[in-house]
Amino acid sequence: MRINQALKTYKRGGIHPAEYKLTDKSPVQILPLPEQVTILLSQHIGVPAIPVVSKGDTVKVGQLIGHGKGFVSANIHSSVSGKVVKIDSLPDLTGYKKPAVVIEVEGDEWEENIIQSTDLKEDITLSEDEILEKIRESGIVGLGGAAFPSHVKLILPKNKKAEALIINGVECEPYLTSDHRLMLEYGEEMMVGIRILMKVLNVRKAMIGIENNKADAIYHLTDIASKFPGIEVYPLKVKYPQGSEKQLIKALTGREVPSLKLPVDVGVIVHNVSTAYAIYEAVQKNKPLINRIITVSGKSLKKPSNFVVRIGTPIQFLIEAAGGLPENTGKVISGGLMMGKAFNSLDVPVIKGMSGILVLPEDETKRKTIEPCIRCSKCVTVCPMGLEPYLLMPLTQDGNFYRLEKEMVLDCLECGSCSYICPANRPLLDYIRLGKTDVNKIIRERR
Amino acid sequence: MNKLLTVSPSPHIYGKDTTPNLMYGVIIALIPAILASILYFGWGSVIVISVAVISSVLFEFLIQRFLLQKKTTIQDGSAVITGLLLSLCLPSNFPVSLIILGSLFAIGVGKLSFGGLGNNPFNPALVGRVFLFISFPAKMTSWPEAKGFQTQFIDASTGATPLNIIKEGLGKGDSISHLMDKIPTYQQLFFGNMGGSIGEVAAVALILGLAYLLLRKIITWHIPVSIILTVVIFTGILWLVNPAQNADPLFHILSGGILLGAIFMATDYVTSPMTSKGMILYGICIGILTVVIRRFGSYPEGVQFAILIMNGFVPLINYYIKPKRFGEEVKNG
Repeated sequence: MRINQALKTYKRGGIHPAEYKLTDKSPVQILPLPEQVTILLSQHIGVPAIPVVSKGDTVKVGQLIGHGKGFVSANIHSSVSGKVVKIDSLPDLTGYKKPAVVIEVEGDEWEENIIQSTDLKEDITLSEDEILEKIRESGIVGLGGAAFPSHVKLILPKNKKAEALIINGVECEPYLTSDHRLMLEYGEEMMVGIRILMKVLNVRKAMIGIENNKADAIYHLTDIASKFPGIEVYPLKVKYPQGSEKQLIKALTGREVPSLKLPVDVGVIVHNVSTAYAIYEAVQKNKPLINRIITVSGKSLKKPSNFVVRIGTPIQFLIEAAGGLPENTGKVISGGLMMGKAFNSLDVPVIKGMSGILVLPEDETKRKTIEPCIRCSKCVTVCPMGLEPYLLMPLTQDGNFYRLEKEMVLDCLECGSCSYICPANRPLLDYIRLGKTDVNKIIRERR
Repeated sequence: MNKLLTVSPSPHIYGKDTTPNLMYGVIIALIPAILASILYFGWGSVIVISVAVISSVLFEFLIQRFLLQKKTTIQDGSAVITGLLLSLCLPSNFPVSLIILGSLFAIGVGKLSFGGLGNNPFNPALVGRVFLFISFPAKMTSWPEAKGFQTQFIDASTGATPLNIIKEGLGKGDSISHLMDKIPTYQQLFFGNMGGSIGEVAAVALILGLAYLLLRKIITWHIPVSIILTVVIFTGILWLVNPAQNADPLFHILSGGILLGAIFMATDYVTSPMTSKGMILYGICIGILTVVIRRFGSYPEGVQFAILIMNGFVPLINYYIKPKRFGEEVKNG
């Protein structure tokens, strides 16, 4: 089911990878509790949280276990009830060891002030400052993938004003359907969450952008949006990377966020649909961010599904629930096919910013031989930022970082469209990432 | 877990385009032109095309294998394209030995001396063609008439191309209206029933090829459209100012090598600009240079030189003409 009419989108660049939305019709299932969870103290951009429990302590669901220190940081809460058995450095997705709290699950006892009933609570009784404090306290971070602490995004710099709130329901990555299912199954709660965000930001208008391959979500939300003044649903053409903040703002408002600036510089603030839902739960139900919806998918999996998962659950546990790791698996990815991170151990835990786990068979994991650039200019055509990947790669190889900066390498979103389209299998994005790192280093030294 | 998983940076999925795919796409787009050339010039055309293609591929293989001693790249299809494009801009009675020499020059000097596919600054097929044109001008300008398989190619009657007729006629002081009676009708020009290089005569076949290239997204519209439009506008102005001395735009487009050049030669990936703005600038310059050479130069046809000259400017165009960056134009309304 798709909508047949001229739809909004951004103009420059973009690609159309296969969609593989295997789980868009699978209702969200609640995953049973694992025996043990590992909750990393750094699941967000910014300073890691400081542990406030010690070994042997008994914790309840929703109890604070890590205190976010400083402005850009986030609180960490226990996602289960039980006993703290270890506070140690344990490997995260990247394989590097990071401070973590390991909790052995005993029963499922929640903090008393958390409202567990699923009744919709529409009235927003808290004041702006109370809401902000609640969001900060509850450890809410952007659930679209970047995991940037949400309260930081809601406190606008002085002399900047937001005119509109944009809610990102694009989910342009192949396979992922967690946001799609959330919009279908928790649409009203999400709408209340959006109203809360609008109140904090003092804006009258919220625009929800959803791609046309989720027409059922578009119809559903348009239907219920009539009850929520100021919220409008905008169907968008399917195009990757429309879920990128800058591209989504362009598609919905026609405005372009200038190089190295923030959305608020063009008067908008962007939040993800899952974040809006988490904010609803935090503000209306006192529930900190202790679980989220994750798509576990892959053509080779027996039961690709959408699960509600407690933070800290080992990924092995999710994959077992989806039918077990197939024999021919070559790669496991956290996130989407285009921007997700491959990791090598299924023992690592679920973190707040994880929207999907993808399993790829071996024959889809091998890269092809790199051939000479034939200057077909396809990478320039697909780059949504108007950059020239064919040029940035040799500039990085030559170490020409001043020219790289002039060619605006820092604008790269790392969406991967250039590497995807390259007929000569050139690892354009790999080199551009290196170039970005080095240019950033030079800029820091200059200060 | 006892199995090792692959860890690599994103993206984890790749598109279906490969270099050979794109090259074979260009070859498919050339099929109508090849068929038309065989229809009009018969065996002569078959021989010219097969000799050029086989010798181009063979020279690429031999030079890479024995002279450069590295991996051969003949399977990517680019040598086939060079051979095809070279043959399509030769006359149908062109001597076999010279075709082989032209292929050697195109592949050896035009392409491999610069480092092979992706590194050559000039279009190899045009390098070969211009080499032949300058070294053997008499052989390169004897154009058998299009008579299909009925004619024995050895003693085919030769005649001038429409562009030659105009150029020489104007030189002698004839007026255009008088000369237009001597050249084929527009219908003949469109379907290719005239003297000329084997691949450039049938406009309709070349346009079919263009449609295929655009549909498969192998090239974008920027280069061919900007060249053709520029030629139409420039010759249109000349024609309106002085109709007695200048042929009309439609004649210019349909005769000579403009369509073959604009669709297949100027759009060569390696030797054309990387940004759409750059492509349009490149196309406009080719269009202007072509008309200037045709009208004011000593050669009747100028598209080959125009493309080669602009090939030389491509690095400069790439350096100065940048794509429009995201966020460059800030609208704060």
